[in-house]
Amino acid sequence: MDARTEEFLAYVQEGGQVEATDWLPDDYRQKLIKFIEMHGNSELMGVLPEREWILKAPTLQRKLALTAKVQDEVGHAQLIYRVAEDLGKPRAQMLADLVSGKAKFHNVFHYPTKTWGDVGVIAWLVDAAAIISQKALLKCSYAPYARIMKKICWEESFHILHGRDVILAMMTGTDTQRELVQEALDRWWGPLMQFHGNPIARDEDPMWLWRIKSQGNEEARQQFLEGYVPQIRELGLSVPDPNLRRSDDGVWTYTEPDWAELKSVVTGHGPRSQERLAFRARFLEQEQWVRDAVLAA
Amino acid sequence: MPVFEVFRQERKGQPFAHAGSIEAPDAAFADAWAREQYGRRGESEALWLVPRESIHAVTDWADEFDLKYRRVDGYSIKSRLKEARERAGSAAAVDS
Repeated sequence: MDARTEEFLAYVQEGGQVEATDWLPDDYRQKLIKFIEMHGNSELMGVLPEREWILKAPTLQRKLALTAKVQDEVGHAQLIYRVAEDLGKPRAQMLADLVSGKAKFHNVFHYPTKTWGDVGVIAWLVDAAAIISQKALLKCSYAPYARIMKKICWEESFHILHGRDVILAMMTGTDTQRELVQEALDRWWGPLMQFHGNPIARDEDPMWLWRIKSQGNEEARQQFLEGYVPQIRELGLSVPDPNLRRSDDGVWTYTEPDWAELKSVVTGHGPRSQERLAFRARFLEQEQWVRDAVLAA
Repeated sequence: MPVFEVFRQERKGQPFAHAGSIEAPDAAFADAWAREQYGRRGESEALWLVPRESIHAVTDWADEFDLKYRRVDGYSIKSRLKEARERAGSAAAVDS
């Protein structure tokens, strides 16, 4: 590592932040682009499982709330792509890499939403898992990204409340509704536990070393369990992991998540991966005329 | 396509803080776009949309002189204050 890069590393490790116009080591820039790009992709693909339910939502209010959530998420994608573009990767390239399968998006968005219970579980727990990572990004060494995280985190907190409201409406409803929620939770628990990634040690994680991430994967997962297992249990729901345990010093232990499943899913072999990417590709092509019109303006 | 930096005011009287950027072909588009992105919930008091090319950044500073005399941290009055108080016979110097 050359002197300038070493100086940069020391600077960010002491909490220093950098701007788009500062000198950035190549490795830092590349890792940052990849990370931010995956985040943008995830926001854009993440709307698809929920979009499916707008027409099927049980009430008008739920339709409006879901539409608003989808709108927020797409807005996040656009803000995030903007930041990545300033780092040097054109937006058109990012979208092309997404639909070709070259770039990735988070595991949770590769799964189907089978019931209204899924919609509640996603908005409540998947968004909760995401907000933990996103709150950590508020301290990202790359300042333009940290700045947009403020808006994103703020909006995600509405999404979680909406999710919780959906769940609570069912948990205070009929037996059938309560079973619907439990069944959804049973299916989503695996992907949720995989969400924060495998527990690579912080000091071996380049994302931590560069202070792009300000917490390790396991730290994030622990925070999720600590915050949300009690919330799950207080509703009378059970977490489908018989090995889930909290020690006296606050550390959660659990059945080892299926890392092979995670790898397979994020490389495009999830139950809905190809279908959703095809949908995205189709709309990109269909909407070319809009981009052409805007660019001609 | 031009990039517009978005500065957002949370409440009346507060500073405008940088909140991200948007890409738009002109100011009219940027206006419509920013209203969507930053005002959907009526959460912003005001926005300033500034074409990136209009921003003149100042980031490097001349560093030839020690500017301490211009700043609060350039003055340490504790020991002299103690001495002056003792001379005037006021109460024993207080530990801070």
